[in-house]
Amino acid sequence: MSLEAYAIYKNYGEVEALHNVDLVTERGEFFTLLGPSGCGKTTLLRIIAGLELPDSGTVMLTGNNVTTLPANERNVNTVFQSYALFPHLTLFENVAFGMRSRRMTGAVVTEKVMAALAMVHMEDKKDRLPSQLSGGQKQRVALARALVNEPEVLLLDEPMSALDAKLRHAVQAELRQLQQKLGKTFILVTHDQEEALTVSDRIAVMRQGRVVQCAPARELYERPVNRYVADFLGKANIIAGRRAEGGVETELGLLRLDSPPAWEQGELAIRPENIVFHPERPAVNGLRVRVTEAFYRGDRMEVWLEPGNLRMSAAPRRGIAKGDEIWIELLPGALVPLHE
Amino acid sequence: MRRFHWIVPFTAVGSLVFLYVPLLAVAVFSVNASRFGLTWQGFTLKWYQRLFANEQILEAAWNTLFLAGVSTVIATVLGTVLAIGLKRYPWSRRVYTLLDINLHLPVVTPEIVFAAALAVAFGLLRMVFSVFEPGMLNMIIGHVTFQVSFVALVVGARLASISTDIEEAARDLYADNAYIMRHVMLPLLKPGIVGGAMLAFTLSLDDFVISFFTAGPTSVTLPLYIYATVRRGVTPDIHALSTLALCVTVILVMISERVTRKTNKE
Amino acid sequence: MSSHHHLVWNGELTTRLRLIRRGMYLAAPGMLWILLFLALPSLLLIVVSMTTRGDYGQIEWVFSPDNFTRLLGFSSYGWSADYLWILFRSVWVAFWSTLICVLLAYPLCFHIANRAPEKRYFWLTLIIIPFWTNLVIRAYAWLLVLAPQLPFAKFAAVLGIIPEGSPLYPSAFAVYLGMVATFLPFVAMPLYANVEKLDWALVEAAKDLYAGRARIFWHAIWPQTVPGLSVGITLTFIPAMGMFVVPDLLGGAKYMLVGNLIQQQFGTSRDWPFGAAVSLALMVLTLVGLRVQRKHSGEGGVA
Repeated sequence: MSLEAYAIYKNYGEVEALHNVDLVTERGEFFTLLGPSGCGKTTLLRIIAGLELPDSGTVMLTGNNVTTLPANERNVNTVFQSYALFPHLTLFENVAFGMRSRRMTGAVVTEKVMAALAMVHMEDKKDRLPSQLSGGQKQRVALARALVNEPEVLLLDEPMSALDAKLRHAVQAELRQLQQKLGKTFILVTHDQEEALTVSDRIAVMRQGRVVQCAPARELYERPVNRYVADFLGKANIIAGRRAEGGVETELGLLRLDSPPAWEQGELAIRPENIVFHPERPAVNGLRVRVTEAFYRGDRMEVWLEPGNLRMSAAPRRGIAKGDEIWIELLPGALVPLHE
Repeated sequence: MRRFHWIVPFTAVGSLVFLYVPLLAVAVFSVNASRFGLTWQGFTLKWYQRLFANEQILEAAWNTLFLAGVSTVIATVLGTVLAIGLKRYPWSRRVYTLLDINLHLPVVTPEIVFAAALAVAFGLLRMVFSVFEPGMLNMIIGHVTFQVSFVALVVGARLASISTDIEEAARDLYADNAYIMRHVMLPLLKPGIVGGAMLAFTLSLDDFVISFFTAGPTSVTLPLYIYATVRRGVTPDIHALSTLALCVTVILVMISERVTRKTNKE
Repeated sequence: MSSHHHLVWNGELTTRLRLIRRGMYLAAPGMLWILLFLALPSLLLIVVSMTTRGDYGQIEWVFSPDNFTRLLGFSSYGWSADYLWILFRSVWVAFWSTLICVLLAYPLCFHIANRAPEKRYFWLTLIIIPFWTNLVIRAYAWLLVLAPQLPFAKFAAVLGIIPEGSPLYPSAFAVYLGMVATFLPFVAMPLYANVEKLDWALVEAAKDLYAGRARIFWHAIWPQTVPGLSVGITLTFIPAMGMFVVPDLLGGAKYMLVGNLIQQQFGTSRDWPFGAAVSLALMVLTLVGLRVQRKHSGEGGVA
């Protein structure tokens, strides 16, 4: 266990920022807090960093209660959204700051700083000032400045929000590789679902101060617990129905699914890519539908279907066109019953 | 470049001529050989030489620098910590407003009222403590009073440009209060502190009214000396003195230009 | 467990009480200094203004409104407008000086903003130097320019405005010259900050609509310069009302302003109570001035 938080509550006046949040991360795990702005994810990160106090609850670091330990005594380091590099210090001194403030001197500091700068490929710029760097370079330095202190947990607060889309993809991959190499616990805060899926071992989706679902990235995408999670990560078709013998009775007929629902009446979700085209009537969950719109998206076709107002993602080579009547199958393994 | 009606450049250059004609006149007459009258009698530097033989002027120069130096040091220290204390701590709205009004008082009070208030205050203090006789102490106190406010305003503006992220980052990197103050806040505030101190120093050098109301016979400053002499009649010595003062001003302005341009670039 | 008492402030784990205490330690010395040597003495002025001058110039703690009735012109000799006239004249001079400065500052700022960027610093320095030059020197320099031996006075004498061989001072004219020269940089510097950042697209748009010069200025330029102008006007009008050096050297007894009146009471007349009363009158005028300026500028005031 590397970082644990239990029953965290935090209010700002009338606004409930965090409500009974639990969070347990494993050592060496890349953990992501995902949600829209104002969902409380940054507040939770700041509580872990010691930059906020919870109203109640407990934060534990490697088994020790650190809830009321000052930020400067926690073995946790943060990469800030603004990077917050010290503008008056060179990159070298920025990275050395955490050691200098603990009165470390001499060759060991130089050695560690240079190693950290080399890790992010910035060693040749050690004498520059932050104002001479690009956004991506600043982000690397912020990362080196935090990691050089060998924290138990590294916290990253939307570290890629200031980068352009192309650079962001490259940095996501690098970040993931770095984390795997170091074997450290990373906790990332982001509102970007694609970023979360790319880098994380596990993701906690948050809404209005609560964790809605906490699961490995793949499970989260494939088995969202409710409509909110299903919608937040990618797109989903939602189909209302009632439990019946052998499946769920819906307006599209009886649908079979691998995991039967726990409810009597509720909703099913299915991803557009799990609705598949068939030349003939499929054996299970087959539907005869009409194509109302078909959009070419380069790598795929986005197809709108009636009845049921379904969205399907199909390979362009299928040549599906507006007005076609086609057979589709809703894959039984990908039909997920939602809670709530 | 835009083309304006001819009246724009004409008025602009005219205004500058208007600003500089008196100053140039002073400079020209400071090297005029004539003792009395203002007609040109040939070039001389004797008024400048006499300047450095004049005990009173040398003493006034020393008083001016001493006053400006001491008051600037006090005001810079007080003003800087005042700005930090006011801007970086969670004061309630009402208290903050009151403190802010107090801080702005020296800026909005007309100089002459300020001076009158000081004269009354020292007059009453004198009844109890004899040290408040008109003189250097009173002048330093008076100067610090307006300088503090200007230093605090300049440093406060700089402080506002330092985001709290920076402090949090320092804290996250294991720094305690003393380390943050010494290695983060003060270096980042330095341009503001230097700018504030320079402003305070110049304000003190320039001041006439406050000094006029608080000075004693042995604490005459250069502006007071010039004023007193001019009231008796204009002399070439004063032209020479004023020309020197003008040169010092030009140099100071150029230095501060450099400094601000450098900080703007940062 | 954490409670209402603890909080994290800029990363520091502390309590509100400790923070306020520390903030107080930091702010107190400077605040007390201003309080002790300006705020309280200003209140003291109110008290002193209601006392009476003793026979030897000392303060007699006999309270009466006499100083204020005297300021309004009532005395044992009957009513006279002398003091009210001085107050009015101070406002009048400040008003016209400010207006003239504003009228000169606009062309000056446009001209500078129109220079190549690397040359602007030079032109700007030309305004900054007089700004920082000692006021006494600048005022007395006019004595020199207006002296009887120089062409200006000679020319005026030829026109018959002044007698042959006399200077152009002391006079209202000389006071205005001194005032405008003193305050022109005070208006020009803040105004320039706005003029430099002017959005000329608006001016072009106005030109496209065939607006006349006056309309272009009024609708496209003036609104953009209000913040700087408002600072400049405050920096000029308020100190101009209380100006002492310029009227003293260039106006003399012929053109006395309230600043001279106050100085006189604390100087030769040794009448502190009356001096305090006049100071309060000036303070009131100042506050009214700030009020008016705030109302008309909305924002951007310095106070």
